[in-house]
Amino acid sequence: MGNHDGGRDVKLSCRNVWKIYGDNSDSFFMDQGGKVDDLQGHVNKILQSDHIVANADVSFDVYAGEIFVIMGLSGSGKSTIVRCLSRLVEPTAGDIILDGENLLEKSADELIEIRRHKMGMVFQSFGLMPHLNVIDNIAFPLKLQGIEKVERYSQAERVIELVGLQGRESNFPNELSGGQQQRVGIARSLAVEPDIWLLDEPFSALDPLIRKKMQDEFLRIQSKLQKSIVFITHDFQEALRLADRMAIMRDGMIVQIGRPVDLILNPVDDYVKEFTTDVPWESVLCASDVCQETSGSLKGLGRVSADTQIDSLLGYLAKNKNGVAVEAEDGSVLGIATATGVLKALANGSSVPPAKVKVTK
Amino acid sequence: MKLKVDRGFFSWLFIILSTLVLIFLQDHLKWLSTYPKELIIPFDHWLNLGMGFLITYFGWFFMGVSWLLEWPIDGVRFVLQSLPWSVVSFLICVFAFIAAGWRLTVFALISCMYMVFIGYWSESMNTLSLVAISVPLAVLIGFGFGVWAFHSQAAKRIIIPMLDIFQTVPAFAYLLLILMLFGFGTVVGLIASILYSFPPMARNVLVGLGRVPAEVIESGLMSGATNRQLFWQVRIPSTKRQLLLGVNQTTMASLSMVIIASIIGGTADIGWEVLSQIRKAQFGESLLAGLVIALMAILIDRATYGFAKNSSTYQPRSSMASWRYSLIAIAGAAIFFLLSRFIPALDMWPRELEINPARGMNEGLEYIIINYRAAIETIKTMAFFFIMLPAKIGLQGSVSPFTWGFELQTWHSFSYAIVLTGVSIWCGTRFNMQLGFMILLFAIFFFIGLTKMPWPAIMIIYTYIAWRLGGLTLAIGTFFGLCFLVVSGIWPEAMLSLYLCGIAVILSFLFGSGLGIWAAHNSTVSAILRPINDTLQTMPLFVILIPFVMIFKIGEFTALLAIIAYAIVPAIRYTEHGLRNLPEGVIEAAKMMGCSKQQLLWTVKIPLALPVMMLGLNQTIMYGIAMLVIAALVGTNGLEQIVYIGLSDGNFGLGLIAGIGLAIIAMTADRMTQAWSYKRQKDLDLQID
Repeated sequence: MGNHDGGRDVKLSCRNVWKIYGDNSDSFFMDQGGKVDDLQGHVNKILQSDHIVANADVSFDVYAGEIFVIMGLSGSGKSTIVRCLSRLVEPTAGDIILDGENLLEKSADELIEIRRHKMGMVFQSFGLMPHLNVIDNIAFPLKLQGIEKVERYSQAERVIELVGLQGRESNFPNELSGGQQQRVGIARSLAVEPDIWLLDEPFSALDPLIRKKMQDEFLRIQSKLQKSIVFITHDFQEALRLADRMAIMRDGMIVQIGRPVDLILNPVDDYVKEFTTDVPWESVLCASDVCQETSGSLKGLGRVSADTQIDSLLGYLAKNKNGVAVEAEDGSVLGIATATGVLKALANGSSVPPAKVKVTK
Repeated sequence: MKLKVDRGFFSWLFIILSTLVLIFLQDHLKWLSTYPKELIIPFDHWLNLGMGFLITYFGWFFMGVSWLLEWPIDGVRFVLQSLPWSVVSFLICVFAFIAAGWRLTVFALISCMYMVFIGYWSESMNTLSLVAISVPLAVLIGFGFGVWAFHSQAAKRIIIPMLDIFQTVPAFAYLLLILMLFGFGTVVGLIASILYSFPPMARNVLVGLGRVPAEVIESGLMSGATNRQLFWQVRIPSTKRQLLLGVNQTTMASLSMVIIASIIGGTADIGWEVLSQIRKAQFGESLLAGLVIALMAILIDRATYGFAKNSSTYQPRSSMASWRYSLIAIAGAAIFFLLSRFIPALDMWPRELEINPARGMNEGLEYIIINYRAAIETIKTMAFFFIMLPAKIGLQGSVSPFTWGFELQTWHSFSYAIVLTGVSIWCGTRFNMQLGFMILLFAIFFFIGLTKMPWPAIMIIYTYIAWRLGGLTLAIGTFFGLCFLVVSGIWPEAMLSLYLCGIAVILSFLFGSGLGIWAAHNSTVSAILRPINDTLQTMPLFVILIPFVMIFKIGEFTALLAIIAYAIVPAIRYTEHGLRNLPEGVIEAAKMMGCSKQQLLWTVKIPLALPVMMLGLNQTIMYGIAMLVIAALVGTNGLEQIVYIGLSDGNFGLGLIAGIGLAIIAMTADRMTQAWSYKRQKDLDLQID
């Protein structure tokens, strides 16, 4: 694998990808490649000629084993970009690099091979075959590869266990609840043991309680399998829960990419900030985000690791005025987190207008 | 005064005024009332010439196809005829059970028994064998066209109108073509039935393939399906229900065409039996034979529909079940076969044991007719004098001391004009402008009479309405369609068809909508109407004629009643469906605002259900025209009669021209009502399935 970044392998890379809908969509990119100097100007030019810009100059990398979440409201182009990654939608310009090879240069046959072995996808409304029962649905990709029935059933059985659908093998999709159907969808996408796992709003069609449960399941499965994941959602809270890194999209463009906490602490514009205002900061911020460097003595101070969530520290800080020392993985002390520090950080993120405080003499 | 004087108003005004001017002028300019004979283009003659050419040079080809097709027909016919009735009946019952369970099995048993006891077994089997050959062929052809149209936009643009033509040009018009090309015999029925019955399959395939959810396709692709795998393992299985619905419709169309095609004779099937009994005026017999067709139609419909319905409820089921059924079928058939060797009555039902209630029925009918003659005659003359005649030749022609009891005088006409102008102005200002103008136009029509209207006036009005409803393309198409009617010289007959069908459609729609509204608010009414509608809809058209001919003899009034009986069904159905499936939230909101029941119906429910009701009107028109063609048998005077005469006189060109004329009327009406409905749907943001 050729691409390295900070020591981590880049699994999938999306470079300057455009998707234009319209009669002459190709005409805007004569010299191939989606790099343009004046992005907004180019977009305006395309819009003026009655074309629809679904994705404009989208670039990001997905590292091996990480959960990369793309978050955006409806119409922001997030579903199109995930389909460009799998070439369900053919990008108008740009490159999709999977394991160092350009996916867009693959022939139809090669693409089928890649989908059969390297990619798995989960859909918002499940996309199950109505005419197949649970086990046949899950074994369907294997059947397409021409694998014998006994072999594919035993493979399917493994993923059925993984998603906890044992005993449901002979049921048909219409007999399952939404949550169960999506388990089938997840199992099917995992049956071929793909490297890259694409999930297009997999939990959006589910009830909030089920959604929460499925998110936990998803994290559990990922902790076992360590896939490289592109996860699409319109739910910021969901993105926060799941993402290692996330991108926010608007009008087909990426607004900001980073760790959830980066987005919260340093939103690039008001659009991103609006999402972050309702976030319960105390559950997003870690000890390392609120600690202040100190040259003073650390004697008598408790110690916590850098990724401790603030809300779990509140009780301790309320009792210990001097705060707590925050240490990095290697044991070195990053600084001290105090109740005041936490309050300051929370005050920064608060969207509530400050109360009028009367000053008495 | 809310009247909006805009472009729409002036164009309507222009239409009304030009109509009046044309009516006034037609007394002075002869060519306005009748299109000059010497300008008629002899399309029919050309068609006959072309036909002669085709037969002379390519006749051998069609004869070869005909010879090939004879084989499977004879084969199936031989099998069905030589197997004992008990064996065939048993197999039919097993089939019914697999398709739809016990209730249909009992129905199948009763139907088979009826066919046997009444003595029409062999005729029924002849009909069945034709259907059995035509359905698989039609399904295959329809599937092929459907898939082709799905994959190629260019092909679709040609295939869709082709399907329209096969479904709207009356079969009588091309039966002769088939007869001339393929020769006399059962093959004619087979080919006619294939031509008529493959379009529904093609349409369902096209719709079904298009309706597979995008995510199912995408998940198939992401599973690594090749194009072929995607088609056969994803698209086709997930659209199975729609495909089976297509098979259902194709089978019903095939049966009805096999029955209709028996008009050319020589088939010894049940359709021929009905026809010849009607011709001999033996109504009891014809009704008994007609009942066989009805039973067959219902049985086949419910069975094929049963398969379609089952296909969408997937259940865990072992493959043992289908084995068990085949085993039962084979074993049972063998047992009945053996039994029939010892008990001859199980093989061939003895003639002397047949039941024949026909004579009793005939006597009963005679009794009714004799005793209620006065009432029957009154109904007939009332309808004729006060509705049919005025619509045909106008009040100006039909009001006389003999009919209405007084002479039409100038002051009558004046008061008629004033009153109706008043009504239309009131409606135009109170409700909406279009309604006002429509009423005015209608009043003019009713006074002058459809057949007495100058043809340019009707062309202008019809094209204008097409333009308002469907835009420029539809208007141009309509205009050229009407031009064809004029220059081919069949305009007067076309107006006669329009008059009869028009009255039938209006009455069907009024009564049908009324019943539909009632049924939508009253479950008992709905429960009573449903089986009646089902039966009427599955019944082959011939059979519907029978009871009306029995009581009212032949004539236009009988035709009218028969058309209404058939065309009222979609009006009822769609109205009820539309009213029962309104968005819940809107109804609740209206109730919470304090709508009374009447207000709720007229100001909320009906406006919202109107697009669906318009689709019902569309179907009412289509059903009406279909029945109109058959009604030619009981004596009408329009295009349908020319089609029929063309068939019986062997004048292919004439029949086809008239058939195309009917198809033009049907297709323009179809496009207009659909366009209207979709426009309303879009305005109201409704989703109609």
